Amino acid sequence: MKALLRGTVVLLALALATLMLVAVLDLPMPTVQLPASVAANLAQSGVEHPVTAVLLNFRGYDTLLEIAVLLLALLGMLSVAGPQTAPKPALHVRPDPVLQALARLAVPLMILAAGYLLWAGAHRPGGAFQAGAVLAAAAVLLNLAGLLPAWSTPGRLLRLGLAGGFLLFLAVAAGLLVEAELLHYPPEHAGGLILLIEAGLTVSIGLILAGLFLLFGARPAAAAEES
Amino acid sequence: MTPGLIYAVTGLLLFVIGAAGVVLLAHALRKILAFNLMGSGAFLVLVGLAQRTGGVDPVPHAMVLTGIVVAVAATALALALVRRLHVLQVELHAKDASVAETEDA
Amino acid sequence: MITLSFDLLLALALLWSAWRALATPDLGRGVVMFIVFGLLMALAWARLQAPDIALAEAAIGAGLTGALLLDALGALRVGGQSGEPSAQRKDAP
Repeated sequence: MKALLRGTVVLLALALATLMLVAVLDLPMPTVQLPASVAANLAQSGVEHPVTAVLLNFRGYDTLLEIAVLLLALLGMLSVAGPQTAPKPALHVRPDPVLQALARLAVPLMILAAGYLLWAGAHRPGGAFQAGAVLAAAAVLLNLAGLLPAWSTPGRLLRLGLAGGFLLFLAVAAGLLVEAELLHYPPEHAGGLILLIEAGLTVSIGLILAGLFLLFGARPAAAAEES
Repeated sequence: MTPGLIYAVTGLLLFVIGAAGVVLLAHALRKILAFNLMGSGAFLVLVGLAQRTGGVDPVPHAMVLTGIVVAVAATALALALVRRLHVLQVELHAKDASVAETEDA
Repeated sequence: MITLSFDLLLALALLWSAWRALATPDLGRGVVMFIVFGLLMALAWARLQAPDIALAEAAIGAGLTGALLLDALGALRVGGQSGEPSAQRKDAP
């Protein structure tokens, strides 16, 4: 019976693949030319890189909701984490001197790279998400090397950092709503506003992505032996 | 046969493999892996189809960037739920085992 | 011609690593194949002239998701060896 069900699912999957393949190979030409519209309005958007302009100016509302979704996922994890006394710690971290030396060398460079990515997002590929991802990777590296303890319930400063990016974006959007439409940057201030929002987003995204790992992260070996 | 079209076809095959995996695989971690494959396939289709005539389209790039970040958040939440479920199952089995021992004694 | 064969090889490698990630009986190996898949996806984004997505996919899609999955795998394995009766485990890896 189970083999019959599995066979049916596989057959349905093959049929779906064939249908989609036929549909993809038979698509008509698109009627809306989006790259042309983006290029036409790029000069007034405040940045020179089209992807950043789309992310933070033309589709800024999507980015605002996305950072809210990130924050919600972190809140979900915090609520699911349960009492912070797991039966056994997840990882036993023995401090490795070579890894620690490498982490101490690499992390300042990673923070510098994150700052560069944030700044470069206006002119070339980069931006808030990439910079935040590099910051989160630095935090995970520190944790795995044993230099940064895993997070239990976040304190006040950490909560401010986690929610700060979203609140800053929301404040800018609300401030603009008073005078103009939602997220309608005045063209002479658009570059500065985008950089401000991206800076807040970088810190927040870095902290949230790091928190996704560190809330369940490696407990140091000393704590493992005493539990 | 532009790169966009090749990767769009790859993306839809990945989506179908992921969808079949979510339905057929038993372990929760494998379902999460398959779900991520579906997401990656969908992103490839999004960008590949927009660039199937050879140009560069920045709007799907921004959408996929958003999608990658949301996918990692969803994966982290799903993994937290699976870990919590596992902890509760372990506690439940330990309780059943201790109840069975006290009944035997 | 060269770029076409590179794209076809990369597409084949993507599909193969995705299949192995789901089909291999060892979960740890499956997660590692998933990280490999993420890095190959970064290559695919570079071929599609999307360097922003390539950066984000390599860092978040391959790196962070891989770290999260390995951490969860370790936690599930540790809990499973703490005396849980094997006959009642419904989710054998």
